[in-house]
Amino acid sequence: MLNKLSKLSAIIFLASFFIVGCSPKNGEKTETVQYLTIKGSDTMVHLASDWAETFMKTHPNIEISVTGGGSGTGIAALLNGTTDICIASRKIKNKEIKLASEKGISPNEIVTSRDGIAVVVNPENPIKVLSIEQIGKIYTGAYKNWQDVGGPDQQIIVLSRESSSGTYVFFQEKAMKKKDYTQDAMLMPSTSAIIQSVTQDKWAIGYVGLGYGVKAQDKVKMLHIKDQANSPEISPSVASVQNDSYSLARPLHFYTNGALNGAAKEFVEFVLSKEGQKIVLESGYVPVD
Amino acid sequence: MNSWRDKLIYIILVGSASTSILIVVLIFVFLGKEAFSFIWDPGFSELWHTKWIPVSFKKEIFGILPLMTGTLLVTALATLLMIPFGVLGAIYVAELASDSERQILKPFIEILAGVPSVVIGFFGLVVLSPIIKHLFGLNTGLTALTGAILLAFMAIPTVLTVSEDAIQSVPRAFREASLALGANQLQTIFRIIVPAALPGIIAAIMLGVGRVIGETMAVLMVTGNAAKITLNPFDSVRTMTATIAAEMGEVAFGSHHYQALFWIGIFLLIMTFLLNLMAQRVLRKYQMR
Repeated sequence: MLNKLSKLSAIIFLASFFIVGCSPKNGEKTETVQYLTIKGSDTMVHLASDWAETFMKTHPNIEISVTGGGSGTGIAALLNGTTDICIASRKIKNKEIKLASEKGISPNEIVTSRDGIAVVVNPENPIKVLSIEQIGKIYTGAYKNWQDVGGPDQQIIVLSRESSSGTYVFFQEKAMKKKDYTQDAMLMPSTSAIIQSVTQDKWAIGYVGLGYGVKAQDKVKMLHIKDQANSPEISPSVASVQNDSYSLARPLHFYTNGALNGAAKEFVEFVLSKEGQKIVLESGYVPVD
Repeated sequence: MNSWRDKLIYIILVGSASTSILIVVLIFVFLGKEAFSFIWDPGFSELWHTKWIPVSFKKEIFGILPLMTGTLLVTALATLLMIPFGVLGAIYVAELASDSERQILKPFIEILAGVPSVVIGFFGLVVLSPIIKHLFGLNTGLTALTGAILLAFMAIPTVLTVSEDAIQSVPRAFREASLALGANQLQTIFRIIVPAALPGIIAAIMLGVGRVIGETMAVLMVTGNAAKITLNPFDSVRTMTATIAAEMGEVAFGSHHYQALFWIGIFLLIMTFLLNLMAQRVLRKYQMR
């Protein structure tokens, strides 16, 4: 009896595989699969993959492939017509727009999300505000003591992400005016390691994506930032990143050729939808509005 | 028929036995192939700078000296720590422990040997580094010493087990003769047995050092990864293995940075190769007696 039952259940089990295995094939016959390629910024690759994965679950007839290589590579690919959507963490340059019009391509810019970097210190550190110049001097090694920025006589422990991180380069460009990091900077393997370290070490300074900073607000203090020595101090927040008043932030773009249609249009609509923007927040970036 | 089968089996056995040779040769060939063109572009001398700045807007510098001193410092400290624990532990387990004690000690030593290095690294980051920080009054617990202690944890089981074997293979007659001449147990151990087992103990230490040099994950997590030349155990250092592990993932294929990482790999391989060779020499000498 038991044996029969187990045989029967085995058959049902196998049959269910067969049925499940067959159904998408039937679907393919009626709808053709559309392919969409996305290429560009390494900063955005993970975010774009997260979007693509969620999107493909609800759109089985659209296949999306995401590759990195850098914003420049992505824009070049768009101009050469080898990608449908270019992801770029910088704006397209005038030279590139000119080149595009020569090739009969009209780049269409869509702001998908924003990337903000919060500079974090231990809650016990009395420093609340730093200017971009001061932050740059700390990270290049010109300032080595908290006294140099009006704090107590304590050595600054400089924490950075690994050099393979897109944030490392972004921070180097925006906060350090493209100068090299000090040799004393400790390169941490992950954002969570930076937060862990700032939590434990009273005189450490680090930088993390705004999303992570907000999540760890009870453990670390996010510094307010002044663009110039005499400009107003801006606190890092979703709002200040969205209205571009916070200095260590940048929009993350999609560039497409001309008006959107077909699969690309559906995908962009998804990205800008509530669900798409929720993924932005989950990945540690800032939604558009 | 029979000879044909014998031959086949012989070939299979020889093949299996020589796989390691093949793999070692292939590793050398592969590393060399990837790293080779660095010799003339940008030049072999580029590797001997005192700075490691692989990502820069100005000029990338691939000096591996700070990474080498980092590895040497951590290894030397770990060796100093593992010798007393490993060797004295082995003496106790081999000579003094009762059977029931040995039955408790041995499994725990084996468990320690099997703990994954990521787990040890995590332990170091969360538990050990705050202790080091408070104990020595430092600003941060991410130091060469923290890494060395974790590596010593990992190497002690190797040193202990191999030393114990060496001690146990000292002929019974030595022990009996010493005791018969009126020496007490401690005199016998430290004046007769340990000197007789010394070559084996040295080989054990060298195997431990090999383990320490090649270890990646734990040091990546706790040494702070600042690439600077220092001999201070309380400074943070960047080891060769950690550099490869942290940077290989995102480096552009075939770039100078990529080739420089392969050179680090080659030097690492040469270092462990020489160590193994020395350990073999010592062991052989020991077996000839």
